[in-house]
Amino acid sequence: MNPEPIQAALPCHPQDDLLRTDRIPHIWCSGCGIGIVFNSLITAIKKSGLNQDEVAVVSGIGCTGRMAGYIALDSFHTTHGRAIPFATGLKLARPQGQVIVASGDGDLLAIGGNHFIHAARRNLDLTVICVNNFNYGMTGGQLAPSTPFGAKTTTTPLGSPDEPFNFCALAAACGAVYVARWTALHIRRLTTSLVEAIQKKGFSFVEILAPCPTAFGRRNQIRKPVELLRMYHDRSVVRNDLDPNLAVIDFAGNLVVGKFVDRTRTTFLDNYGLVNRREAPDWLGLEHERLREEKARAGAGQ
Amino acid sequence: MASKAVLTGTHFMNGDDACCEGALAAGCRFFAGYPITPATEVAERMAKRLPDVGGIFIQMEDEIASMAAILGASWGGVKSMTSTSGPGFSLMMENIGLGLCTETPCVIANVQRAGPSTGLPTLVAQGDMMQARWGSHGHYEIIALAPSSPQEMFDFTVRAFNLSERFRLPVLIMADEVVGHMNERVVIPPAEEIRLVERRKPTEPPGPGYLPFRPEADGVAPMATFGMGYHMHVTGLTHDERGYPAMDAKAQAQMMERLIGKIRQNRAEIDAWQAFGLEDASVVVVAYGISARSARGAVAYARQEGLAVGLVKLDTVWPFPEEFIAGLAGRVKALVMPEINLGQMVRELERLAAGRCRVELVPHPGGAIISPTAVLECIRKVLKEAS
Repeated sequence: MNPEPIQAALPCHPQDDLLRTDRIPHIWCSGCGIGIVFNSLITAIKKSGLNQDEVAVVSGIGCTGRMAGYIALDSFHTTHGRAIPFATGLKLARPQGQVIVASGDGDLLAIGGNHFIHAARRNLDLTVICVNNFNYGMTGGQLAPSTPFGAKTTTTPLGSPDEPFNFCALAAACGAVYVARWTALHIRRLTTSLVEAIQKKGFSFVEILAPCPTAFGRRNQIRKPVELLRMYHDRSVVRNDLDPNLAVIDFAGNLVVGKFVDRTRTTFLDNYGLVNRREAPDWLGLEHERLREEKARAGAGQ
Repeated sequence: MASKAVLTGTHFMNGDDACCEGALAAGCRFFAGYPITPATEVAERMAKRLPDVGGIFIQMEDEIASMAAILGASWGGVKSMTSTSGPGFSLMMENIGLGLCTETPCVIANVQRAGPSTGLPTLVAQGDMMQARWGSHGHYEIIALAPSSPQEMFDFTVRAFNLSERFRLPVLIMADEVVGHMNERVVIPPAEEIRLVERRKPTEPPGPGYLPFRPEADGVAPMATFGMGYHMHVTGLTHDERGYPAMDAKAQAQMMERLIGKIRQNRAEIDAWQAFGLEDASVVVVAYGISARSARGAVAYARQEGLAVGLVKLDTVWPFPEEFIAGLAGRVKALVMPEINLGQMVRELERLAAGRCRVELVPHPGGAIISPTAVLECIRKVLKEAS
């Protein structure tokens, strides 16, 4: 059976109204960054002023995937990597609903990577929150698509031979309308970003660099939670509006954070309405005989 | 917009199109899919038809995503479906399991082609029948229907939605390439004559005592969906009646009892077969899907020859009609099953006959349908050897 709920013995937490208090204690380790992000998300949901009956949280599998199980909203803990396609159906079936996907780096960008890029391309009106702890915590610390080159995990015992993704650059390249990255220490900025991301129409993406001392830190000489946080504090630099391609995570250099993208594109549903009302633009440009300047310069005539 | 959703009248259409029309008539308003021969026509017609009836069609990046999306849409309160064939069906298995575990109504049409792997994309088979039963990991009960004509593609798709809403689970339509692509007469009745079943909603107001997975007397829990205010938690982990993860053997036993019990205790509503000439039969051909038509031809020829042969056409293939077949096996000399695989559903006959009668398979490796003659020869052989 689940452990006996202990909330009766504790003073109320300010977020209790959106927590499934009968599920506390949670499964996250001491020193984990997910709780900070979770707190920030709940604050952002409250600040967004949304009708809470119309907010759903969808997760995949992994440590961050458990967020859906602790938030007292309509919440869906789906299969590994499939939070985004599940959320796609949920959102399209109930467009007035606000759908937030909260999951980890392995879930969203390894096994779920294909879904991530296509949801961003379609500009589905989803808020996607990725807690990046640089490894698979739930299964004990294996290689993730975010694990830095050379970092040790249980499946790369002598160091990772893989180069990691830059998730923010990927999201931006695929068409996300809002892209930001913070560390778990940037609580105020993170919360602001989450509010903006929730309110943004279209595919918004917020990455949070989070400490995982238990599975990741201890194999990489940063065993104490405070040491990991200090590293984030000392090495993170804020570069708002930076081209996300340049916003690299380089532990030996800078951990670049900031709000990188905030732009407008019509969403999948808007476009679906347009094409089905036969109001979509003339994509082939058949109405205009246009001289291609590049061709003219190259002497290729028209 | 009922008139647009239900194309009442007599049509000449193929099975894939009829499947789409059955879904729309049943109230399906969300389709997520991925192109695959020979099921593509279902998606193509959905893409054209759904916007006209206020629905959404989305072509996903793969069948994994398609299956996940229809589960999401169902929790968004909308009847949803996808269609596919073997390779896509394999990819869907993961989230069919999620649908079973989270008790999510939805419909999957598998227009079967020959496998394994890419196999024969354009040619018929019935090789996914055991995959339909056991393809997702873990133990479960599933409902699968096997249409043998475009008309049945329409009728069974309506029924598949009704069963999925009634019992809260993914329901499979196990069609095949020939049924999907053959054009025949399809009669679509007036909307008011099509019986529709809607999922039960909770009657109690949202509140702390609400148990989203507590079944009612018939074993089925009413279903709250996104936006109704219940703030329920839905997980593919083993969960208790609150919907909360519960990681122990007792919770697993209780959940399995719920998932399996709701099907087993309602078999009368789920089982469906058609029987012909059983009264005097000493040999009965048991068949499903396109092979049931080969069987019907064979039985007609056999009876012209004066042979005492009957036919059972299975409309619901999973759960298998155990009691009925076991009873039949006790009073005939032989059961014969033609199927376009090398022996799948025939194992069910063997299990239920338990040595009390002969069980004979008319196999086909796939790529063509079974000729009535092949079934007839088997009937003659069995009768001859029995005399």
